[in-house]
Amino acid sequence: MEAMEHSLGLTESKNFTYEGEISLTSKKILKNINICYETYGQLNKNGDNAILICHALTADAHAAGYHSPNDKKPGWWDAMIGPGKAFDTNKYFVISSNVLGGCKGTTGPSSINPDTNMPFGLDFPVITIEDMVQVQKKLVDFLNVKKLIVVGGSMGGMQAMEWTISYPDMVKSTIIIASTARLSAQAIAFNAVARNAIISDKYFNNGNYYNKDFAPDYGLAIARMVGHITYLCEEAMHSKFGRDFKDGPSFDFGVDFQVESYLEYQGRIFVDRFDANSYLYITKAVDYYDPATKYGSLDVAFKKTNSRFLIISFDSDWLFTPEQSKELVCALIKAGKEVSAIELSSPCGHDAFLIENENQTKIIKSFLKKDEDAK
Amino acid sequence: MKMQNKAEIQLNYEVVTDIIPSSAKVLDLGCGDGTLFSKLVKEKNIKGMGIEIDQNKVIEALENGVPVIQGDIDEGLKQFPDNSFDYAILNQTLQSTEKPDLVTDEMLRVAKKAVVSFPNFAYWKVRFYLFFKGKMPKSKALPYEWYNTPNIHLMTVNDFFEFCKKRNIKILKSVYLTRNKARSGFLVRTITNFFSEEVVFVISK
Repeated sequence: MEAMEHSLGLTESKNFTYEGEISLTSKKILKNINICYETYGQLNKNGDNAILICHALTADAHAAGYHSPNDKKPGWWDAMIGPGKAFDTNKYFVISSNVLGGCKGTTGPSSINPDTNMPFGLDFPVITIEDMVQVQKKLVDFLNVKKLIVVGGSMGGMQAMEWTISYPDMVKSTIIIASTARLSAQAIAFNAVARNAIISDKYFNNGNYYNKDFAPDYGLAIARMVGHITYLCEEAMHSKFGRDFKDGPSFDFGVDFQVESYLEYQGRIFVDRFDANSYLYITKAVDYYDPATKYGSLDVAFKKTNSRFLIISFDSDWLFTPEQSKELVCALIKAGKEVSAIELSSPCGHDAFLIENENQTKIIKSFLKKDEDAK
Repeated sequence: MKMQNKAEIQLNYEVVTDIIPSSAKVLDLGCGDGTLFSKLVKEKNIKGMGIEIDQNKVIEALENGVPVIQGDIDEGLKQFPDNSFDYAILNQTLQSTEKPDLVTDEMLRVAKKAVVSFPNFAYWKVRFYLFFKGKMPKSKALPYEWYNTPNIHLMTVNDFFEFCKKRNIKILKSVYLTRNKARSGFLVRTITNFFSEEVVFVISK
């Protein structure tokens, strides 16, 4: 653990179980849902200084600080959350929770099905972004939050926009980073390849691999490799790896190039921290998300929102493109909403939203300051 | 802003602020760091937003509390529905757009009225500069070299009148700026074309 003046220091994950039932988009019912979450900072008396951080595809509730003094790395968005940071815990009550369908503490396909006392596996109902948000709402209510700011990058951006659409009276500001209101066909195609890799793994066993000797690790690793290709851009890959060999050509089909080695490594470490079934469910939720179709058009979807919006995109992001962010901006303008938008220049592709912290901090602080000034 | 002199910028801001009515909904095209917009918010309680192409200026505008989207006004304003603003402001920018005709049309599509200002290339000092030095004129309002100027469509007061006439654009108000003084109304046009360093027009369809 680094000693950092602006670090939250030690943080911990907590659990909240929503004991009621939730009716999902698919019309199926889920009950006794556990939500793993962390909070940083203090909620004020009015319950209106909260910021909900929505995570991307495979992250978790541990967004900031360290779980143990021996941790090498802090939470996934530590650069942005803490005293004096973009999401200033001296001013705000910051909430971060693992999404429904995940495998980091919140109920998902690897959780125990109360009806069978066995892991759900593929008996877990297919979930949507709307369902994830519905579950987060239970947590936010439990925490006595009355008004909040929602923030998210990538899939987290989808949750953030869904929050403003589903709960227009609660959300006062929305920050959507490197995201879109609907995936491109190209992005869905990559997710389809990832899911196929998992499903065709010989140990997948129709999702019933918990308590077995082998899990579909190869399939999941390949899925992650595909993911990592889409998170970087050509320029980033070139500057990181070029055509460099690890040790020169081997004249077999092992790992020759640095880029192969990187992907292999990313795939290998991923299987230790993620569940294959969760990957299926969460990518499906992202693929399905499309408020424009649901409401007829995107501006209609945003019509009832009472939020200010900040849209940040990155010029080298070809997975969630600046053009898709422009569509969002157009819809918000058409709906008559206050919106600010910036396309940051970065060589990091989609990953930029987790890397370009300096500019994002400046932008987000300025955007949030307007709320603070209005008080 | 393509001008550099502080007093002139200040005067230009005062003139524009006088023109914009209270509580108007304003689109500031090429809003820079948002100084004019925030002045209008403070003094005229306006609503609306700015557009700026430069990433660093967008960040500064946000720091100044101005809602702003990063964009290129030469690509048009298609994200904005017809008549969604009371005023569009294009301050000291028309001469540096690639398609001034398209930008003007777009402004008058999205806003009921537009405020346009530009340095007058027929200003006597500019004429004398060219006449006596035989070089592309430089002045406080035109501080650049010919090879690095963003002002790719310089024009005169007379040019702008002709432009508006051809396109059926009404000139509702004109303010002529010279030597840090602003004069309103229609004087004899050849004289204003000769003596104005900068002009501010309010136009509509």
